[in-house]
Order: sequence, then structure tokens, then C-alpha cells
Amino acid sequence: MPKLVNLTINHTRVTVPEGTLIVDAAKEAGINIPVFCYHPKMEPVGMCRMCLVDVARPVIDRATGQPVLEADGAPKLSFGPKLETACTTPVSEGMLVVEDSPKVTAARKDILEFLLTSHPLDCPICDKGGECPLQNLTLGYGPTESRFDFADKLHHAKRVPLGELIFLDRERCIQCGRCVRFQEKIAGDPVIGFYQRGRKLEIQTQTQPGFDSIFSGNTSDICPVGALTTADFRFGARPWEMEAHPSICAQCAVGCNIVFNTKREARSEGGMAIKRVMPRQNEAVNEIWLCDKGRFGYHYLQSGERLTRPMIRQNGELVPVSWETATDTIVERLKTGRSGLTVLAGGRLANEDLFNLKRLADAEHGKTLFYTHMGGGDLTGQVGLAPGSNLATLGKGDAVLVVASDLHEEAPIWWLRLKQAAARGASLVVLNPRATRLDDFAAISQRYHYGRVMDALAALFAGEAGQVLSQAANLVIFFGSEGLGVDGSQAVAQACANLLIRTGHTGRPNNGLVGVWSEPNAQGAWELGYRPAKNLTAELAEAHVTLVAGADPAGDDPALAETLQQSEFLVVADLFMTETAKRANVVLPALPYSEREGSFTSGERRVQRFTAALPPREKAHTEAMIAARVAARLGLKIEESLPVVFEKLAAETPAFTGLSFDRLAETHPQKPLLSREDLYYSGTAYENTAGLGCTLALTGSPAEAEPVTPELPAPVENALLAVPITRLYDRSSTLVHSSSILGQRMIGAEVWLNPQDAAERGLSAGAEIEIHLKSANWPVKVVINADVPAGAALLPRSVGIPAFELAALEI
Amino acid sequence: MSDMAMLNSGAENPVDEMVLLRHRNIPDIDQLSVYLSNGGFAAFEKAVREWAPAKVTEEVKASGLRGRGGAGFPTGMKWSFLPDKIWPHYVVANADESEPGTFKDREIMEKNPYQFLEGLMIAAYAVQAGTAYIYLRGEFWPVAQKLDACIAELERAGLLGSNLLGSSYSLRLYTHLGAGAYVCGEESALLESLEGKMGQPRLRPPFPAVAGLYNKPTLINNVETLTNLPPIIKNGAAWYRGFGTEKSPGVKIFSLSGRVKRPGNYELPLGATFRHLIYDLGGGIPGGRPIKAIMPAGASSSLIKASDVALDTAMDYEAVATLGSTLGSASVIVLDDTVNMKWLLQKTLAFFRHESCGKCTPCREGTYWMSLIADRMASGKGRSDDAALLGSVAGQIKGKCLCPLGEFSLTAVQTALSLFPEDFAA
Ligand SMILES: Cc1cc2nc3c(=O)[nH]c(=O)nc-3n(C[C@H](O)[C@H](O)[C@H](O)COP(=O)(O)O)c2cc1C
Ligand code: SF4
Ligand code: SF4
Ligand code: SF4
Ligand code: FES
Repeated sequence: MPKLVNLTINHTRVTVPEGTLIVDAAKEAGINIPVFCYHPKMEPVGMCRMCLVDVARPVIDRATGQPVLEADGAPKLSFGPKLETACTTPVSEGMLVVEDSPKVTAARKDILEFLLTSHPLDCPICDKGGECPLQNLTLGYGPTESRFDFADKLHHAKRVPLGELIFLDRERCIQCGRCVRFQEKIAGDPVIGFYQRGRKLEIQTQTQPGFDSIFSGNTSDICPVGALTTADFRFGARPWEMEAHPSICAQCAVGCNIVFNTKREARSEGGMAIKRVMPRQNEAVNEIWLCDKGRFGYHYLQSGERLTRPMIRQNGELVPVSWETATDTIVERLKTGRSGLTVLAGGRLANEDLFNLKRLADAEHGKTLFYTHMGGGDLTGQVGLAPGSNLATLGKGDAVLVVASDLHEEAPIWWLRLKQAAARGASLVVLNPRATRLDDFAAISQRYHYGRVMDALAALFAGEAGQVLSQAANLVIFFGSEGLGVDGSQAVAQACANLLIRTGHTGRPNNGLVGVWSEPNAQGAWELGYRPAKNLTAELAEAHVTLVAGADPAGDDPALAETLQQSEFLVVADLFMTETAKRANVVLPALPYSEREGSFTSGERRVQRFTAALPPREKAHTEAMIAARVAARLGLKIEESLPVVFEKLAAETPAFTGLSFDRLAETHPQKPLLSREDLYYSGTAYENTAGLGCTLALTGSPAEAEPVTPELPAPVENALLAVPITRLYDRSSTLVHSSSILGQRMIGAEVWLNPQDAAERGLSAGAEIEIHLKSANWPVKVVINADVPAGAALLPRSVGIPAFELAALEI
Repeated sequence: MSDMAMLNSGAENPVDEMVLLRHRNIPDIDQLSVYLSNGGFAAFEKAVREWAPAKVTEEVKASGLRGRGGAGFPTGMKWSFLPDKIWPHYVVANADESEPGTFKDREIMEKNPYQFLEGLMIAAYAVQAGTAYIYLRGEFWPVAQKLDACIAELERAGLLGSNLLGSSYSLRLYTHLGAGAYVCGEESALLESLEGKMGQPRLRPPFPAVAGLYNKPTLINNVETLTNLPPIIKNGAAWYRGFGTEKSPGVKIFSLSGRVKRPGNYELPLGATFRHLIYDLGGGIPGGRPIKAIMPAGASSSLIKASDVALDTAMDYEAVATLGSTLGSASVIVLDDTVNMKWLLQKTLAFFRHESCGKCTPCREGTYWMSLIADRMASGKGRSDDAALLGSVAGQIKGKCLCPLGEFSLTAVQTALSLFPEDFAA
């Protein structure tokens, strides 16, 4: 426990830990001291001088070292000669801070007047207008009249693209440096900086391409004026016209808490539309940050290409029909067929959908299969993170191991959180075949040859790193699927689980195994009993009635497309006409999560609730509802109402015991304290009033087991080793494709080669070639990267090339 | 040299022999052999061979030497602030010399470089730094070349490098050129610039003595301060206290400029009067015109309105303060009755507007605004309330800046407005 310090701010007494800055102590007392450059997530810099306050300290008698007392016995206080910056001054015992005196108010007016002398005052057309600290503080403290000649104002460029995502308005910038510091200290990407000096000081990008960072959008939240706007939201809406709907990002397994800001607009034919994605504070998940994929990749949700009506195949063609007809067609088939329903679900579905589909399959003597490229989720269910876990509390004495994952690409916010944990003193151990941006702050970083991960793990555990991991007070292990298929990652997960069990790092907060899944609810699917098929092609070939939901196996793999083409009866529920849907007998338009409520279970096993941001588009249904409707026609009772479905789920699933939508909606005060009343304190992130979520309980007693190591592909002469990897700006199972904003960053079909391998084959960067993989040819673009080990050909997943595990590849 | 004659005929505390500007007595002292044959490096040798580092610091403390970079902080005391638990220590010589009207460090480095380098080496030995940097303003590149040559010479002579003079002490010196920014004379901005970052002041605390260059304890001294060290160590603190006053002991170089007949550097004991400097040494005002005001510390000065009392005031840290000004780096700019304060403010404010680093709001915006107003006034397009507005803006900056530069920008404004209101009558 740090020492506590007592002080008085205005007339309020507060007690805060030693070292607290005046500005934060005031916040505790409910007093908002205006700031511009200070941000509670970053070290103070004292640049803007907006936070000046009057500070008095007890007078100490030099001879005795004792406080001097007034006649009435109170300690004598003495004010300093100058006002002090509340953002840089730590509290001290007996301090008196005055922030409501005429002197302080005048100082605020002075600083605001200075800032306004060079400000364009274009609030009426500014994106930040309505949630702008400068605007709000000017209203509160600023001068009413301008003494600065408008004609003397300098004019600067108002539309400077720092990159294709973020635009700078040089006239609006108040040089607070928050953006620069965020990029340098928090994002670890010092890609923008100041140029020139004095009144000429300006922000510029220092990379090519511009603003080359996957966290760039956060700068527009923390910019205290409208100087940084996003390509997405720029001139999109006035903040006060929008509604705020709490939700969860669905682009990866981190589960960042977000708000969808929506607005009714003519462009959407008078309907409501999502205008932007904003972070919602959850200090145990994403704090107040988002990655750019999460922030800008939501456009698919309101794409015009979404399925709008159920369809059934008649004379070889899919034709629109009513829901009744579609449901009848399925029900008929289920009744008449030799029965058996095979559900193949992806990790994009909500817990409620998965639960209802499973109940339907169970009732129909069917089976549920999980569509995934990665195994090990049964283990994360047993030795995953326990309730009370929070990566933000890992520090000195703790350790984190990351195996076979490029976290910066696969789960950006986890990367950010581990970067911070390392800065706090946690030992980060990285085991990956190639360099990744985790290496920057890893205590130990080791490489292995693709295919040799199990040997590498054994060697790692036996060596110095093993010591660090075993002896850590808390140990969290992240495992991914770099170069690994379902079986390979399952084996890695088992080896890691064994270590956790052996070293006593299970069943406690901040200990356990985390899978770096690509989908928002993969962990939920595992927890609810969904498992990948041992042999998916065989399962699909044997199935009588197949229901594919939230997955596009045909689009991922021509072999599966072939199989699905031959399906006896295929039902597909999806947002889009996927390759799988094109082969279906019945196609059902699903509702995106932005138009319904539900819950996802993050990779950290935190169940989090999302709410409907938009009214459901006509004729689409949740998968939970689809299951319920089909069940009803079969004379079964499956609930439709999502809160009720969740209650049922919680009652039947031990890990979920005691949970309900209401429990998930509980909150408690988080530090830093945010509120929309003082946007200047920490930016425009939303306060979390809709729920922090709950971490699932751990059930059962985990035991070590021998990992089953998959066999390596037989070496083929002159062939390279095809290695599947996961990239951030991939097609995410067809989801992000309609986001034009991220268009420039999206990757296509490409192969990454080591410079040597490329040279030997006479290939240059950008060359369009064909690769031969799994007895077919695939057109790809060549990317040359020195971090790729010799002999490996890296193939990003989810761009249409069937790379699921290591395989021989010829060029 | 006529300056010399004047100097030696000075009434108060005459300096018979130059302590700092020794090249004025000894030709070619910028040659190592000449410097050595005139007692050069005897002090460094004495320190390294005979004295413990702490003893060097004690001697400097006893001499009463105060920093010549502007603030007049006791040098020995500053040295003792470096914690001996955190290593390595660094020493940085501040050769940024950017205050308008200050040109003393340059003369030292160009003409008497070895004495400065010896002083730097003594300071480095005292705080046991193995590396010392000389940070020069960018325009001083020829000076840097000269110093580099001297450093190479010292390395050849075995006076720099490893295990100096048979001791276990090793030292290397490096010059570093800035890009020409006044603010980089401010010690924390200097350190940022030296680290290759943008030259902007740091927040203090922590002070450089505890967390300076690369976050390590760092001693920063002005070139002139350092140049005082060899004679102090060689001749002792008591000898040094034979010059100057009780609280401002020693000698000081005064850079005299402005409306005087003989501008230039004058080495005098602290406590010599303005009158002695301006009239006896500087030859008075051209054409015998009346003196109007004095800026004792360059553009950063509070103006002193000329009067007999002012002219007879001793130029030491305490006495100048009684005139409401500061001695600063002792760059004495003389203004006569032809100088209109509007013109003066236009010039000084153009300087501060140009030099504000822009890190903090009041200085960045305030210097710009003040300069606009001053331009307007000087061009004859001023408005009746411009003087009041200028004063108000200056008052609004005061006490709110991150570093002293912003505070410096308004001292001339405030004093000109209050001492010479007639110059601003619309
Ligand atoms: C704006 C500003 C400019 C300064 N410029 C110089 C300079 O050019 N040379 C210098 O020695 N000190 C300069 N200083 C003072 C230094 O910050 C520092 O106090 C000094 O170098 C310490 O050395 P001393 O103790 O030997 O005087 C400046 C200070 C400020 C605030
Ligand atoms: S762009 Fe915004 S965050 Fe960056 S320095 Fe300017 S005002 Fe501050
Ligand atoms: S880290 Fe993952 S959950 Fe968070 S914003 Fe990015 S994609 Fe979304
Ligand atoms: S006072 Fe001026 S020079 Fe100093 S930090 Fe502020 S802007 Fe920079
Ligand atoms: S100086 Fe304190 S908030 Fe900017």
C-alpha cells in the first residue's frame, strides 16, 4: 500500500496515494481541473498551462522541522509565488489547492485567450464541435470578446492527410502534443511528430506511408480539439445528433468495449445508420483504446450487399421466399430425412445463437461442429484465466509467454497491454519462428523452425526461460496459430497447459492459458461444447442436413466447396451471399450483431454484452431465433428472447453459473474516472455505464496429458514450406471487405518470401505469380520480407488461399 | 591594446593580469605549447595527481565562483548535487551563447581555448565524469572545428584519454553542434538537443544534476564559468576572492555593445560600476549624447533607466538587482536618447517570437501577439490602446511559462512601458 496523503482542494478534503498529481486528486473530489495537454494515461508534460492552480503548503520551521501553527492552532500555510500546473505537481501532506479563486479563473481566461488568438473558431463546421474541450472550456472560462485582430490570424492548411485515415487541420491544432505522445509512448509507433518551433510548430507524419500505425484512430479521441479527424467520420455528423449504443468489437478475440454512434440520415433513406465506432472504457479489457481495424472496419454491418430475404433453391436457382416457406422447407427435410442435423458454426455467432443451435442439433440427434483453424479451446476452458484477471495488473515478478502468435497483428490491444505489462516489469517470453513486434520488449525471445514448435517448447521450458516462467508469481500463456493448424495448435496448447498445471499457475486470477482466436466468440463456442471436426470433409460428406452459420468453408477451401456442392441438404445462415451460401438449398439472412443484443466470450473468458445499435433490418433473424423457429415447427420448445436464452444457457453451462444479462451489465468505478462532462480530461472515449462483463468460472480439475504432435508434411524437392499466418488487415472471413476506409491497408492473396528464396527464384517484390499448393494453382503477389525464415512461404489466412497447416508449396 | 590600457588604469580593483582573456597578454596562447609554457594544465595536473575529487569541489565552493551563464548559481554547490549512487556522470559545457549582446564565450573559445578545456576537464574530474560534451550553437561551427583540433592535440599529448597522468582517471571530450536555437542554451532543452531530440525544455524537477543527459546525473556549466577553474585551482580560493565583492567574488567578462564608442569584451572584477565600463572603458556614447537606458543582461533584461545612481551602481549580482534588473550573463547593451522604446521592443520581441520553442501556450502565443503589436506600433500604425494592450499581454504571460525564456520575453516590455511612457504616447 502506498502512503496516503491528505489535502484540501477548494473546500473539499481528499485522501489520495502519495505521488498522485493534483489534477487526479481533484478528480477524486469531483472537481474537474481543466487540462489540454495532460492525459491520465500519459506522463504529464506541463505544456499547455491550462491547469494552473494556486497551491499553498504548510510552513515548516527550519530549526525544529515542525509545521508552524497559526494562533488558532491550524498549520500556517504559504502560497507559492506563482500558480502551479496541477498536472505536474504531486500532492503533499497538508496541501491546500485553490482552483476556484478569481486568480485561477483569470489565469484560465488568459490561457484560453492565447489559444484562441491562433484558432480559426470554425466550431460550426468542426467535427469536434459539441464534444470539444476547447469549446467547452471557452464557454466556461474564456474571454467574451476578442482582443486579437481577426485579420492578423495566420492561415494554415485545413486538410492535411497525415495518412489515409487521419486528417490534420493545422489551424485547429493547439500543439498539446497528446497525439505525438500517444503514438510514441502508448502505441510504440513514433510516426508523427512536431516540426518547426514557436508559433510555426506543426504536426507532421514522419513515415511513408503516412501515419503508419494500427492505433492511429485513438489520436482523434484524445486530440482536445478538432485538429485530428478520421476519414471515416470527418464531416459525418454533429456529435449531439447521435445516439450511443454500447457494444463489443467483433474483429478479434480481445473484445474491446465500444459504442456505436448512430444517427438518422437522409443518405440511409431516413433510416438510422452507424456513423462511427468509439471506445468505451473497460480498464480490464481495452482501457480507452481501439485498434484501427476495430474502429474503421465496421462498415460491413450496414453494407448494401447484405442478404435481405430467405431463399430456397428451385430448379437450380436460389429464389426469394418467405420465412415460413424457408422454415417449412428445412423442417420438412428434417422430418423426412434419415434425420440428423449437422451444425457447423463459426466463432462470430453470439453465445445465445450457439446455445440454441446446439439445443436444436441435440434434439435432432445431430452434432455441432466448430469451424476454426485453431485448436486448444477445450484447454482454455479448463486452465484459462480465472475471474479477477486483468492484464493491467501484471507487473514485476509476473511472466507472460507468447507462443506462435504475432499479437500486434492478431490482437492489437493485447499487444498493447503486454507492452505495458513489460514496462511495469513483467517478464515477457516470446517463442515464434520469425521476428514480431513483441520482441521489442521481450525479456527473452527465441525462434524455432516452422514445424518444430513442440521441440522448441520443450527446450524453452528446460532452459532459462523455463525458470522465469515456473518461478513467476503469475503466469499467463498466449498461444496462437502461426504456422499451425487445428492439431498443431492443440498440441501447443496442451504443452502450455501442462506447464501451467505443473507449475501451479492455474485456477487463480492472472494465471492461465489464452487462445489468440481470430473471432470474437471462439472461446464462447468452445465453452459451449463446440469442437472442430477431426475430419471436416468427411463429416460434411456424411451429413444429411447441414446448417452452416457464421462461416464460409467453401470460400476458404475449394475441397470443402466441392464437398458442400454435393451436400444432401445445405442450409446457410449468413450476412452475405458467401461461396457456401451459393451452394445452399436454403439461405437465411442473419442479423448482424449491431442490430440485436447478445453476448460474446472474449479470449480472456470475459463474457460481455452488446446491445442493438440499429433497428433490425427487415426479414433478417438471429441464428438463435432461426433455431427457435425451426424447433417450434418440430414441436420443440427453444426460447427466442435472448435474455431468456442466456439465462437458460447459464443454468445449463457450469462455467456460466449465476450469470445473466443483468450481471453482465454491472459496473463499478474505474480509474481514470471518465465522464462526458469533462471530455478534456481524457478525450471522447465513453464512460462505461452498460457493463464491464464477467469472467467465466473455471470448472473441473485440469490434468496434464501427452500432447499429440501432428506429423510434418513430407519434404518435396525444391518446394517451400507453406505457412499460414494471421494478419490484421485480412478479409476476416469475408467481413471487412466492404470497408472502403481500410481499403488501402487490406491485404490480398500474397506470399511472403525470404529475400534469398525470392532471389533464387528470380522473384521481385510485387511480382504476380502462381503458386502450386494442394494440387491447384493460386495467383498471388510476392512480398519480400527479411524476417521470413529461409524455406518458408508465408500465406496470410482468410484471403482465399487454402493454407490451414504446413504444406508443400511450389512456385 | 588600448582596451588593456584602459582596463589597467581602472579605478576599482584593477586586474593587473587577465585571468580569463589571457590571450590579450600572451600571444599565441591558443597553441598548446604556449599554453603549457605559461602554466597551462598545472591546475588539472594538481587536481588529478594530488587532490581527491571532493577536494576540488570544496576549493571551488570556497572560491565563491558563481555560474556565468546567467543565473549566477554557486558553482561548487551545483557540483555537490550530483548523487554518487547513480553512474555515469556527465559534464556538459554550455557554449550555446545565444543571448543577444553576449559574445564572451566565443572569444574565450577562439582565443584561449585550452584554458576553457582545462576548466572543463577539472570539472569533469571533480564529478568523476568520463565523458564531457561541449554543446555549441550551430553558427559556431568554426569554433567547433578549432576545439576539435585542440582536443585532438590534447589526446596526442596524453592529456585526454585513458589513465590520465598515471591515475585511474579517464576522460574524453566531444563537441556537439546544435541547430542554432536560443532556447537550447536553457540547460534542459540543451540536453534534449544533445540527445538528438527536438530542442524543447524539460519539466523540472528532476534537475539535470540528478537526471540529466540520458537520464544520468549531469553537470552543466557555462564556458566562462569553466574557464575560471584553472586559475582558481592553481592559485587557490583565497586568491580568487581577492577579486570582486564578498557575495560576487572573482572576475567577469562584460560584453559591451549598443550605443558606445568602443564595444567589446572587458574583463573586470565583479563590482565594477556601469560608469567605469561604459565611459572609462567603452569611451562613452558616440557624439557625447546622453545615455537613456541600460540592458545589463542582453535582450532578456529588465531595462535600467540611466541615472547617476544607476551608473554608479556596482555590476555584481546583488547590486544590479537593487535596480530592478539582473546581471545575467553581463551583456551590457547601452541605449542613448536616439533609441525609441517602440523600436527597441519591436527588435527584442521579434527575437523572442523567433526563438520561442512553442512548447507552452503563453510564450508561443504571447510572444507572437506581442511582436505583432510592437510591429504595428513601430510602423506608426499603432492604435491608441496598443501600449496598454501590449502591457496587458505581457502581464498575462508572466508567471505562466514552462521555462524562463517566456518570462524573459516580457521583462523589456514591462520595464520600457513603465519607465518610458513618453515613448509610447500615441
Ligand atoms: C532561455 C535561456 C537561454 C540560456 N542560454 C544560455 C547560454 O547561451 N549559455 C549559457 O551558458 N547558459 C544559458 N542559459 C543558462 C543555462 O540554463 C544554465 O543555467 C547555465 O548554462 C548553467 O551554467 P552556469 O551555472 O555555469 O552559469 C540560458 C537559460 C535560459 C533560460
Ligand atoms: S493534433 Fe490535436 S492532439 Fe495533436 S498536438 Fe494538435 S491539438 Fe494536440
Ligand atoms: S483489438 Fe480486437 S477487439 Fe480490440 S478494437 Fe482491435 S480488433 Fe477490435
Ligand atoms: S517558455 Fe517559450 S521557450 Fe520556454 S518552453 Fe515555453 S514556449 Fe518554449
Ligand atoms: S500544463 Fe497541465 S494540462 Fe497542460
